[in-house]
Amino acid sequence: MAEPSGNGKGAEPRIVIDNATKYYQTKTGQTHALEKFSATIREGELVCILGPSGCGKTTLLWAMSGLHPLTSGRILLDGTPVTGPRPEIGMVFQDANLLPWRNLKQNILFPFEIKHLNPQPYEERIQHLLQTVGLAGFENKYPRELSGGMQQRASIVRCLSFDPSVLLMDEPFGALDAFTRDEMNLLLLQLWAENKKTIAFVTHSIAEALFLADRILIMTPRPGRLAKEFIVELPRPRTLDMQTSPYFIQSVKEIKDIIHGGAEVE
Amino acid sequence: MAERLIEQIPEFKKDTGVKPDQEGFIDWSALTSVPTAKNAREAFIIIATAIGVILLIEFTLRIFNVPSYILPTPSGILGSLFQSWEVFLPHLGVTLQELLIGYVIGAVIGMVLAGVITQFPFAEKMVTPYIILLVVTPMLALVPLLILKLGFGLEPRIVAVALAVGPMVMINSATGFRRTDLAKIALARSYGASTLQIFRKIRFPLALPMIIVGLMVGGIFGLLTAVGAEMVGGGEGLGNRLVYYSSLARMEPFFAIIVIIAIIGILMYILFYLIGKKWASWEA
Repeated sequence: MAEPSGNGKGAEPRIVIDNATKYYQTKTGQTHALEKFSATIREGELVCILGPSGCGKTTLLWAMSGLHPLTSGRILLDGTPVTGPRPEIGMVFQDANLLPWRNLKQNILFPFEIKHLNPQPYEERIQHLLQTVGLAGFENKYPRELSGGMQQRASIVRCLSFDPSVLLMDEPFGALDAFTRDEMNLLLLQLWAENKKTIAFVTHSIAEALFLADRILIMTPRPGRLAKEFIVELPRPRTLDMQTSPYFIQSVKEIKDIIHGGAEVE
Repeated sequence: MAERLIEQIPEFKKDTGVKPDQEGFIDWSALTSVPTAKNAREAFIIIATAIGVILLIEFTLRIFNVPSYILPTPSGILGSLFQSWEVFLPHLGVTLQELLIGYVIGAVIGMVLAGVITQFPFAEKMVTPYIILLVVTPMLALVPLLILKLGFGLEPRIVAVALAVGPMVMINSATGFRRTDLAKIALARSYGASTLQIFRKIRFPLALPMIIVGLMVGGIFGLLTAVGAEMVGGGEGLGNRLVYYSSLARMEPFFAIIVIIAIIGILMYILFYLIGKKWASWEA
């Protein structure tokens, strides 16, 4: 299946981040996590939020999902401010974050239990997803019996199971080895192409961001500001070969310069 | 309370490298992974050794002609157990009754208190010293006072058992409920989970292994307290029989009673071992 043409040009904006600013209290005092961050993510786009550790990427994503409030500024989803968890949003967390006391199937059905949703009509979809990620037949296994890659694939199935239209992914593949990560990236692109989701993907890997994204929102170190918006000019479908193309390597260098050069908001 | 929780979860903290599953947690595997026989051969050797030890004691006592009021033979104890079974039975009933009623009262109060108090960190700080005081003070010491207030019936002993079980269950369950895994709570909340749902689907299952440990340790403490309380006062129960037979130097029924008490303890242990295997094995 062909992937969407990318860049989401002309498509409706789904998420509007407007001057998002966040301070929070820690034991050592106040932390300024996010400073006047503004961006727009359009329908069907895959946008990566890239920055060094501790630059407020996760803070931003959690605010987008309604898990915590901003100190000032606002985030709109389909035109209405996000004040709490929204049913259109599916969140994928750092590490797989599976519940160890539930087997794979019970983990995947967890969102349905919380939402009081009958999983019956979704049964076929879940089976198809499990097949796609290669987890069919593992339904009765417990998380500790699965490898790290399998756990992360399960958590993606869990997130897609109830068919949310927006996916917020918080460094989901950060803990995986390079090979598994490549494999997961390809799988994600395939799922994205099949399911037509709007995705915001947080990562600290430049290569991962370039490989996945239509657009990359590059952040400065704390407090997190938007340093630059980088449009990825790679054609789709993406292949692993592209990671060694001159454009790719040139782009990696360019993004590195932006992050280390501490470029200001444009 | 919902607002409180929102305040609690959201502030994202950087990974400290400490797995929440390992924080403040007593190794559960010590209770579930008791070494057991791998095959029939091993089982045979283990049982044969046990029989050998008992036979060795039996014949040593016989050869040296040790009188039964000093140390009775295993066969004598077993004989007494069968012979006086009907005499022991009502006392066993009394002890089990105290244990069961006191245990249920103590365990329920302990668990509920732990579940509620851990939601309010400051209240928890205020209450914890008293709970620790109750855990470390032998409730047996209170039995004479309880008898003074409640008479010589079952009541003072039931209260003593509940007082021994409750704090033990409470302190372990509280440790369990304190194991809040922010990422898992955030997961549930991202699907719009209510405070009650978070408690039922995340906090409680996360706490369950420690609750089971508390229930097991509480059970052992409850048995100890029931028997001890009977030794202190009242005219019935297995503990009372221990005092009675030892005062008459009738060591065979005395040891028979000890065997009965040990069997109750072992059965309790097996029960919680199986419960732990079923409900908490994800942790091991």
